[in-house]
Amino acid sequence: MMKEERYEMRFGGSGGQGIILAAVIFAEAAGIHEGFHVCQTQSYGPEARGGRSKAEIVISHEEIDYPKVIGMDLFLAMNQPALDAYFVDFKPAGILVADATFVDQVPTSRALVLPFTTIAREKLGNELVANIVALGAVGVVCGKVGLASLEKAVAHRVPAKFTELNIRALHAGAEAARQQDLSALPPFIDSDEEKEV
Amino acid sequence: MSEKNGQRRLLQGNEAIVEGALAAGCRFFAGYPITPASEIAEMMSLRLPALNGTFIQMEDEIAGMGAIIGASLAGVKSLTATSGPGFSLMQENLGFACAAEVPCVVVNVMRVGPSTGLSTSPAQGDVMQARWGTHGDHPVIVLAVSTVVDCFATTVQAFNLAEKYRVPVIVLSDEIVAHTRETVVLPDPADIMVIDRIHPGVPPEWYIPYEDNSRGVPAMAAMGSGYRHHVTGLIHDVRGFPTERPEEVDAFIRRLFRKITNGFAEIQITRSVMMEDAEIAVIAYGAVSRSALRAVRLARSRGIRAGLLQLITLFPFPRKAVEGVLRQCRRVLVPEMNMGQMIREVKRVNLATEIVRHNRVDGQFITPAEIYDHLLSM
Repeated sequence: MMKEERYEMRFGGSGGQGIILAAVIFAEAAGIHEGFHVCQTQSYGPEARGGRSKAEIVISHEEIDYPKVIGMDLFLAMNQPALDAYFVDFKPAGILVADATFVDQVPTSRALVLPFTTIAREKLGNELVANIVALGAVGVVCGKVGLASLEKAVAHRVPAKFTELNIRALHAGAEAARQQDLSALPPFIDSDEEKEV
Repeated sequence: MSEKNGQRRLLQGNEAIVEGALAAGCRFFAGYPITPASEIAEMMSLRLPALNGTFIQMEDEIAGMGAIIGASLAGVKSLTATSGPGFSLMQENLGFACAAEVPCVVVNVMRVGPSTGLSTSPAQGDVMQARWGTHGDHPVIVLAVSTVVDCFATTVQAFNLAEKYRVPVIVLSDEIVAHTRETVVLPDPADIMVIDRIHPGVPPEWYIPYEDNSRGVPAMAAMGSGYRHHVTGLIHDVRGFPTERPEEVDAFIRRLFRKITNGFAEIQITRSVMMEDAEIAVIAYGAVSRSALRAVRLARSRGIRAGLLQLITLFPFPRKAVEGVLRQCRRVLVPEMNMGQMIREVKRVNLATEIVRHNRVDGQFITPAEIYDHLLSM
């Protein structure tokens, strides 16, 4: 058995939703400010906007060999097509975080469905920060990266005049996630056989 | 050098190539942007002006390759970066750099081909093109990168080899390595070994530009430094002028090869992991060596004596290291994101070992599970 602390995440959405930026910010928070080894990868189509967009993050206390996701511990889906397309590597014990604004069919009960885009639009007055709202929630759900680290990474990666808005977005997402009772999610029924590769 | 060296940073493979090039002393970049290599040009355009270097976006890759040859002849270490379609356009000028012995580094971030192919998906289809893409019998050095740290170190190495042997060095990356961000701490500039070409030690009137010596690498004078000399893609004599005399042609071609053969020991770079007692091995390069490493670790955790030989130098083919693996192991797997290019080089070394191919050409990364399952079935 290979025992290691490999925590794997995938963010999926459509081109233009800031999926890759959100992943880069998370990777920086985990890698620079929390001291993890990090691999962040992405795949996208040739289109500048539209089309599917996917970003992955693997974090570990050890050096990372294979840089991509093998089984997702956390999956952030920002719309239904991305959820449907990228759900395939979901670990039975994983957690799905989805944007209720654009997702209406959820394939697992281990899910936290919050209206990230609606929050961005109505509470922050700018739909473009939906990715950062979601990132705030992801930070709370995964429990690997502190809000302070995410704040620093946001400040480093977004243009200065939008820092304040993005920090507020981060807090709004974290707050929305904290209001949910994560311990109430149905537990995964463990077995002896472990999926390894 | 970046003021951030010594600090922990989150860098993309492409960015690490830029940092490696700058650390090695590269001060000239010419090229034309193309996915998945564009970030190299983008970062160079930001970094070079601040270092008194020059960045030029050319009209196409043909001109990009031409410009870096010119800059190198003028004494400046030069880089261009592209992907398959651009690399095809560079082949003619790449041959000129081989013939005129112009040190330079060409990064090819591989994507799926042929032709425009899949512009955003990884592949390893340009291995043989890197070796034989330009016409004529010519030596060339081809290195392959697999991690962000590799991108830095191997690019430094590429410049060092180019300068030391007066030869174009091709760095093969791929879409995965190029766009993977990892946390890295780049070394302090003082800890990086940098090699520069040897300048003539004689006065200009005594300079014989292509005069042989024990290394087979002639001293190189920068254009404009007072050492007047002729540079041509035609086969030339020691003074740089065209010749058709059989003994001069023969000496020229043989010297081109001899200078590389002389350096095999330092040029052929490989990395062995868990090979000491291995009975079964994977030979891999580029991003696939990361999948292979995981597969080997998994096999070990199940009591299978597996090992990995990662090829960093693809050409000149590291025959010695491969021979060792083939002597030791009863079976060897060669996973590649092409229909089988390096496997044929491995087979050419062959003793009696069974060599098995594993190919993927759908624009998707080979997974550790695939390699592991294949190892198990061998």
